[in-house]
Amino acid sequence: MGTGRAIKKMTLRIANAAGFWGDWPSAPRRLLETTEVDFLTLEYLAELTLSIMASQRKKSPAAGYATDFVTVTEDIVSLLQTQSQLKIVTNAGGLNPISCARDVGKVLAKCGLGNLPIGVVFGDDLLPQMDTLTKEGCEFLHFDRGEPLGTLREKVISANAYLGAEPIFRSLQKGARIVITGRVADASLTVGPAVHQFGWAWDDWNALAAASIAGHIIECGAQATGGYSTDWKSCQLANIGYPIAEIGSDGQFIITKPDGSGGQVTRHTVTEQLVYEIGDPAAYVTPDVIVDFTTVELAALAENRVAVRGSTGREAPESYKGSLAYADGFTASGQLLVFGKDCVVKAKVVAGLIEERLHQDGIELARMHTELLGAGDGLPGMRPPPDDLPEVMLRIAAYDPRREAVAAFARQFAPLITNGPAGLAGYAQGRPSVRPVYSYWPTTVPKELVFPEVQVLDADHWAKTPENN
Amino acid sequence: MHEKTIALGEVATARSGDKGNHANVAVIAWRQAGYQFLEEFLTAERVAEFFQGLGSSHVDRFALPKLGSLNFLLHDALGGGASQSLRIDTQGKLLGTALLDLQLPVPDNVTEMLRGNS
Repeated sequence: MGTGRAIKKMTLRIANAAGFWGDWPSAPRRLLETTEVDFLTLEYLAELTLSIMASQRKKSPAAGYATDFVTVTEDIVSLLQTQSQLKIVTNAGGLNPISCARDVGKVLAKCGLGNLPIGVVFGDDLLPQMDTLTKEGCEFLHFDRGEPLGTLREKVISANAYLGAEPIFRSLQKGARIVITGRVADASLTVGPAVHQFGWAWDDWNALAAASIAGHIIECGAQATGGYSTDWKSCQLANIGYPIAEIGSDGQFIITKPDGSGGQVTRHTVTEQLVYEIGDPAAYVTPDVIVDFTTVELAALAENRVAVRGSTGREAPESYKGSLAYADGFTASGQLLVFGKDCVVKAKVVAGLIEERLHQDGIELARMHTELLGAGDGLPGMRPPPDDLPEVMLRIAAYDPRREAVAAFARQFAPLITNGPAGLAGYAQGRPSVRPVYSYWPTTVPKELVFPEVQVLDADHWAKTPENN
Repeated sequence: MHEKTIALGEVATARSGDKGNHANVAVIAWRQAGYQFLEEFLTAERVAEFFQGLGSSHVDRFALPKLGSLNFLLHDALGGGASQSLRIDTQGKLLGTALLDLQLPVPDNVTEMLRGNS
């Protein structure tokens, strides 16, 4: 491999400091203050985040992206100034990457970084082209059930393809220091920078697989470093460090975290995240490569340093994964604390009262679900409730296609203060809110029908982009 | 037949999550001997039985021997998935913790399976 110096040069340090929209706001700053990385990735989009953004964009055309990223930018802007090697790749753009780039551009411009190049990746948003895609023969078949989308088409609120690493790579090649995307595969946030650094061919399946695994391990933030661990007692979580992948020129990599931070990186914590939210481990599908997790081996090199070796992959699929969300009725949930030695019986009576009163008003809800939290109902049907509980939290959730029926359900909780049994508390949160349900429709879209595009411009330029763009 | 039992949590950790309306529960043995034991005793059927209250249609098991792990995919186990489920645990986050209470027969070489230098 050559000298130690050469090895260092050929290693790319990629960190992740956000695993979802709402993750620890200070994690990016904490990480950058304690260690130097080449790339910071920030991942904000879960399966249904885009449908939430779609409803926000309906109310305000400038909304529809992960606003957390603007706050993070404000928090780390001085580090962007002092750490010239640092680049950021994020999917914070959501459904409105231009709006995101504009608001981030404004923050940078205000802090003297108006010439910082921001790349924006477009083309994942399929909603405007759904009719064209339908004409091209795309039926948006349900990924699991094989059914065509059919008349649900008119209820679709968001439709996105999971783009791959290529447009991120392209943005970096054009000089972007911050890359803002909409929906891309989570692992691709890491693969893009790696291909940019090492120049791998797009059919170098093993290298792409290795970088994809690195991305998969770090994409959920602290879940790779001791967070969400059933072995939570064995590490200090208050100042948990977020993960870093040190990727070599062949894609093989080491997982670590900032020195002095809490949490831990062991073979065990890395394995826990490797197997998180996967199906068949021999075929983990990304737009860049199909990854085989079963060939992977881990080796503990030192404290909080684990090597990941033996990654293998095969040819990428011919389709992008597509993610549609459609309006699908309304839901609400309410809670009451039920106190007293007969709390389990009483809670069931209270639940029955709500149902009976709705019935008297002629309202039958499509679905209701009652849980006695504290009695084991966090997982329904697993065990009977113990008979000696001092209290239980009664939680009732309802669903119905009609907003008004769910609103009627939400109105049933408060009256129980005066016309229900004694020993109920917890009204202070007010009436449960009625929320629209957006259901998830996973599908595939042929790659030749999707056109990822990139635009790289200075922060100043993005900051001046008109709001209705 | 073994008389005594041991909780799965003595020999492994677990992590669960959602994939649409499916849940995945991965079990990670502390040590290689533990993995071999789980490969034999922690069958898809046993996990399906443990979680039968969730209404899963079927359970697939995938082995990752090099990582000392078994991955279970519980089909249709989440009451509709993140968007439609009325449960407090819409995403199956509790399943891993729950599964660690599963009782298994105590193997003869149990001391080789307990947490050590992993």
